Amino acid sequence: MTDHAALVTDEVDQSRRKFLTRATVATGALGAVFAAVPFIESWEPSERARAQGAPVMLDLSKLEPGQMATPVWRRQPIYVVRRTPDMVARVAGHDGDLKDPNSEHSNQPPYAKNPLRSRSAEYLVLIGICTHLGCLPKQRFEKGEIYPSWPGGFFCPCHGSRFDLAGRVFEGSPASINLNIPAYSYPNPTTLVIGQDEKGAA
Amino acid sequence: MVVHGAAAAAAPAKKGLWAWVNKRLPVSEFISEQLTGYYAPKNFNIWYFFGSLALVVLVLQLVTGIFLTMFYKPGELTSFDSVEFIMREVNYGWLIRYLHSTGASAFFIVVYLHMFRALLYGSYKAPRELLWLFGMAVYLALMAEAFMGYVLPWGNMSFWGAQVIVNLFGTIPALGPPLVEWIRGDYGIADATVNRFFALHVAAIPLALLLLVALHLVALRRTGSNNPDGIEIKEKLGADGKPLDGIPFHPYYTVKDVVGVGVFFVLFALIVFFVPTFGGLFLEAPNFEPANPLSTPEHIAPVWYFTPYYAILRAVPDQRLGALFMLLAVMSFLFLPWLDRSPVKSMRYRGWMSRTALALFTVSFVALGYLGLQPAEGLYVALARVFAVIYFLFFLLMPLYSSLDPVKPVPGRVTFHAH
Amino acid sequence: MRALLAVALLSAAMLGGGTARAAEEAAPVEADAKYGADWASWRASNDVADMPSVQRGARNFASYCMGCHSLKYEHWSRLGQDLSIPSALLIQDLLPPGDKTTDYILTSMPAADAANWFGKTPPDLSLMARARSRDYLYQFLTTFYVDPTRQTGANNLRLPVTAMPHVLSELEGLKAAVFRDVTKADGGHEQVFDHFEQLAPGRLTTAEYDGFVRDTVNFLDYVSDPSQTARRGLGLWVVLFLLVFTWLAWLVKREYWKDVH
Repeated sequence: MTDHAALVTDEVDQSRRKFLTRATVATGALGAVFAAVPFIESWEPSERARAQGAPVMLDLSKLEPGQMATPVWRRQPIYVVRRTPDMVARVAGHDGDLKDPNSEHSNQPPYAKNPLRSRSAEYLVLIGICTHLGCLPKQRFEKGEIYPSWPGGFFCPCHGSRFDLAGRVFEGSPASINLNIPAYSYPNPTTLVIGQDEKGAA
Repeated sequence: MVVHGAAAAAAPAKKGLWAWVNKRLPVSEFISEQLTGYYAPKNFNIWYFFGSLALVVLVLQLVTGIFLTMFYKPGELTSFDSVEFIMREVNYGWLIRYLHSTGASAFFIVVYLHMFRALLYGSYKAPRELLWLFGMAVYLALMAEAFMGYVLPWGNMSFWGAQVIVNLFGTIPALGPPLVEWIRGDYGIADATVNRFFALHVAAIPLALLLLVALHLVALRRTGSNNPDGIEIKEKLGADGKPLDGIPFHPYYTVKDVVGVGVFFVLFALIVFFVPTFGGLFLEAPNFEPANPLSTPEHIAPVWYFTPYYAILRAVPDQRLGALFMLLAVMSFLFLPWLDRSPVKSMRYRGWMSRTALALFTVSFVALGYLGLQPAEGLYVALARVFAVIYFLFFLLMPLYSSLDPVKPVPGRVTFHAH
Repeated sequence: MRALLAVALLSAAMLGGGTARAAEEAAPVEADAKYGADWASWRASNDVADMPSVQRGARNFASYCMGCHSLKYEHWSRLGQDLSIPSALLIQDLLPPGDKTTDYILTSMPAADAANWFGKTPPDLSLMARARSRDYLYQFLTTFYVDPTRQTGANNLRLPVTAMPHVLSELEGLKAAVFRDVTKADGGHEQVFDHFEQLAPGRLTTAEYDGFVRDTVNFLDYVSDPSQTARRGLGLWVVLFLLVFTWLAWLVKREYWKDVH
């Protein structure tokens, strides 16, 4: 038995080695990405969460004019306001005081991108979470309730953001965009479905 | 040719980020000492895949286990439902669960084959006794981990398996009954039990396992690996100070182990995706029913990896003695380095006595495993007794047959065929 | 290399078996004198990939089982999704009035009342196909017989003295179990089941009832493991990918090990 060492590396085809190694490492990396998918996907809302987040129905016949109902959809309070004709009129006339009067930078479905930010003048549907840092704004629907020229709307107690009766944010508020509007629709005149519209369930 | 300046010349000038890191952490040294500079015997065969595979399965169990913990809710009233929640409602929850349950069985398959390699080639013999003991500690921790993990789904077999095993501690004289109550935290296996098992299974034992595996690897690096010929390769060094029969772990064994990992995952995936219950061996049917303290399953059997010891427990007609023998059966492995008096390590060069003994032991272990799954009646009990005796004789008679055995001459260099 | 080939062949065999799951032929259903003698070897032989069968089973379950048994781990919406049943049909044909599609499938029978009337609460069936096996369920639903000594008037070979009445008797009809006397080794006598005898026909023929039961068991198989079809489909790709990766890794290994002598 000769005393030669185990390795003899003079006839190595380095290019073949490099190619094969790279191909294998690439395939392995691809495999690792595939393997990560189930784990990452597992963090997405579960079937139970999606079931609990299914569209919510509200019977509008129970809502008085000037009143607000607060059903919960996907763990968020939804403000449903039955605006009186007076409240509808008070949505106009202060566009100059608003940061985003035409909702160019705010979040709403196409049918809510109008001055009243709703499908119908009578009902306002918005997500009752302040677009600043997430507190729940309080209703201040009366004219002059906060200061003499206050047209009515929402006031957030945490940092003082103010929104009008269409959920549009006033200048001087820490919030930068209008209150968000969810998908919603009216299967019939007295029923509101939050979380579902022409595009299907949200 | 080797000059004192070779060390400096061998390490190329480090640049940029690599240099910055290496000044603060011994990364380069680690690579050259543990990977490119660690020489392992060149004649490793198929039995040498299972160490790296055990590491892979450990990582798999840790990752899948952590994700399961995100959705599982321990508790008498919530455990079972939360497992069904994972199986049905968590996206890919079924996959994470099956990976973990199959991984548990895969862990034991790999570990048993890994231990068998040690018996084949005398890898527990000096100077590797501590390596063997750390390995045994890993095995014991693994058994505790697996037992507690099985209780967590809170199926009917979880409950009754826990009942039987915890009651075993009651056989300890005097201390037994209060100990059992202390372990359970209640008058029967209950909410308190599953919650503490959860804490131990998720946090305590994995930490202990990681520590023990680290110690196992450090002990291995200290002595170097054994090999199928049982020769110490460090005894024949070349001019460069490296073992003549050794090759750098990286790249030769890293690339070889990747193939092993690939084959393992093919088989593993076949089970996970096509037969995850494995005929009731990996996921037992009674466990698809919630724990019922008023209804014992027809046949209580532990999961397959415990059944050899379970068979020994039931083979002894006395409860207390049965528990004692079961404990001795597990602990016997610890004494191997000192029971084995053979001058040679590997079965390749041992005589007919050692080979027969190992063959009989292996057959007995497998047979006991099978018998542990059967009801404890008639012929099954008789056979279990026979095989239990053979099992213990393997250890008890070893000092005798290992020294009497006619051995074959051990070659000076390892036997190797290029592949 | 040979080992790799063996693994590849094994994979192919398992994939082939896995993707076409319904294996054996069902035992022929003949109404002869010894009908039922081999009941313990009857197999469900169902195929969850047979969508129409599972859909029929869902309908059977809603009509005949949901009165007492719940499937509390399954959402109606999940059922609709997996079985390709549109929401509208789900609500119209299967959902109890008032339930939403996002609800779990629950029975309307109060558990306490059920325990009172039957002696025990009818168990939830979400996992029954896995806890007992599909063959068990098939045998259970096909071995009911008339037993005047019992409160329910029925007994069962698969689960003797079952608390469940023979709810499917209107479909299957009534059958009696004929026992024969057998002398045991120690001289004692015991009654051993010999065969069934049809006493009164049901609305379905024997073959139709058999199909009814198979569909129902198929549905229960699906419910016990809703992800199984997706699992097998994904498994095919995973194994193929792993085979490719392992082959590449083996090529790399072989290349490097040319150095080793």
